[in-house]
Amino acid sequence: MSSYYLDLFSAMGINILLALSVYSPLATGQLSIGNAGFMAIGAYVSAMLTVHLHLPLFPSLIAGGVFAGVVGVLVGFPALRIKGIFLAMVTLAFGEIVRNFFLNFLTSLTGGAYGFRGIGNRPVSLFWIWGCVAFFLILFFFLSRSRLGLTMMATHDDDTVSELIGINVVHLKVGSFGLGALIAGIAGGLYAHYYLYLEPEFFNVWQSIHMVLYVIMGGMLTFWGPVLGASIFTLLPESLRFLQDWRGAFFGAFIIGLMIARPSGLLTREILRLDFWLPGRRGNLG
Amino acid sequence: MSGEPILMLYSVHKSFGGVEAVRDLTLSICAGHIYGLIGPNGAGKTTVFNLITGVYPCDLGSIRMADKELTQLKPHQIVRLGLARTFQTIRLFANLTTWEHVRVGQSQSTRPGGRGIFSLDRAHKKRLKEEAHRILDLLGLWEVRFRKASTLPYGIQRKVEIARALGMGPKLLLLDEPAAGLNIQETEDLLKTLGKIYELGITLLIIEHDMRVIMGLCRHIFVLNFGQKIAEGTPDQIRVNEQVIEAYLGKEE
Repeated sequence: MSSYYLDLFSAMGINILLALSVYSPLATGQLSIGNAGFMAIGAYVSAMLTVHLHLPLFPSLIAGGVFAGVVGVLVGFPALRIKGIFLAMVTLAFGEIVRNFFLNFLTSLTGGAYGFRGIGNRPVSLFWIWGCVAFFLILFFFLSRSRLGLTMMATHDDDTVSELIGINVVHLKVGSFGLGALIAGIAGGLYAHYYLYLEPEFFNVWQSIHMVLYVIMGGMLTFWGPVLGASIFTLLPESLRFLQDWRGAFFGAFIIGLMIARPSGLLTREILRLDFWLPGRRGNLG
Repeated sequence: MSGEPILMLYSVHKSFGGVEAVRDLTLSICAGHIYGLIGPNGAGKTTVFNLITGVYPCDLGSIRMADKELTQLKPHQIVRLGLARTFQTIRLFANLTTWEHVRVGQSQSTRPGGRGIFSLDRAHKKRLKEEAHRILDLLGLWEVRFRKASTLPYGIQRKVEIARALGMGPKLLLLDEPAAGLNIQETEDLLKTLGKIYELGITLLIIEHDMRVIMGLCRHIFVLNFGQKIAEGTPDQIRVNEQVIEAYLGKEE
């Protein structure tokens, strides 16, 4: 594979993980636009472990993910009291706190604004990235078919009633927030050891908003939605290079058109259900 | 009255700001009966349901179920003791199908082996599925099991709410105005359904304005007015109770 396609598919894998990291809390009704913060934590923690402590890649990636996940749980508890647009603002502020932390603190270890160089000893390959993607896809697949997945959807729709049918909404929301943070952290670790360079500016609000866009475009009611959204967002801008200066504008118009045509995102649960496609089946039930 | 009490409210108080929504309310619910809770608008009936299920904390008093004090528990802990409820304004999960509503009701079931996230007990899973099937049959919802519940007609949505509550396997089912918004045909249908649920051995406590439902079904009726219990007794006793007539129709000058 040429290095162009190698880079493209690596970026796609990392973007899928980032989309899943937003999907996880969103599946229980929590919108986070601060996941670049969790990604930064995973990236910096894992890079510090491999560069300064000379740890192998695998435990460093896991440590970065777990560290981000623990921070996610700590943020998730106070976030329980906040809903909707207010939660979005809190997570946005959190992401900025993390970015500023790595800009101004630990600079002797991470280079601060000059960037974190020399992560070259243990680079990740396409195999590592897609191995992680496969792992989390399998996880979400089983989750979506489990009782836990069903309770997540119920909590997404109405958390008061969910509590009143016996669901421990606190555990569920904090857990899904923490899982999202963990996935973002692992994606960050992979990013750090693929591109071998980090700077705080990369983990800004735009990065977080991109992750949310993947999910909204792809569809947020099934985990295949974020996968599709992240894939399209990675591949489409590349395939539009022939438009030259018009590329950005066309892509923006594409997003607007998509939201008008499919306001719930590209994939919905009805489309994924097999009996949707069987002729006459829907008519019988209607 | 026969049967042991499964729910006891003792001297329960609740105020919202200066408004005393429930005052010194004591009542006891025995297993195996259908109870009615009636009263004029604003009497505090729904507040009583919200106090029982822990949506609001009690200011004073005690609520006990199966020898457990409920006032210190969270809503999800309370309902796991064998309590289920429906809502005055229908509250279904917007993206779930009818089948999924029953399944999510079952998801926190306290019956043996019913808990746990990835339960591997196949026999138990099968039992739960069969039970979900029976519940849908009982309520006549089998035909619409794959429909998104929020797209169904109003009368059917009320039944989906009851199906979800039955999925929880309750000992006591609290119904908040189940006949509200139903036409005569649907109300008749509801009466039959509630009778069948009662025959399953589930105790019912029903808030209702429709007197056909209350007088036709309930063995024992509690009457609330301004947050206080003004009467209780059989339908015949309530029908002629002067305080009740006064609360509903006003005092003759």
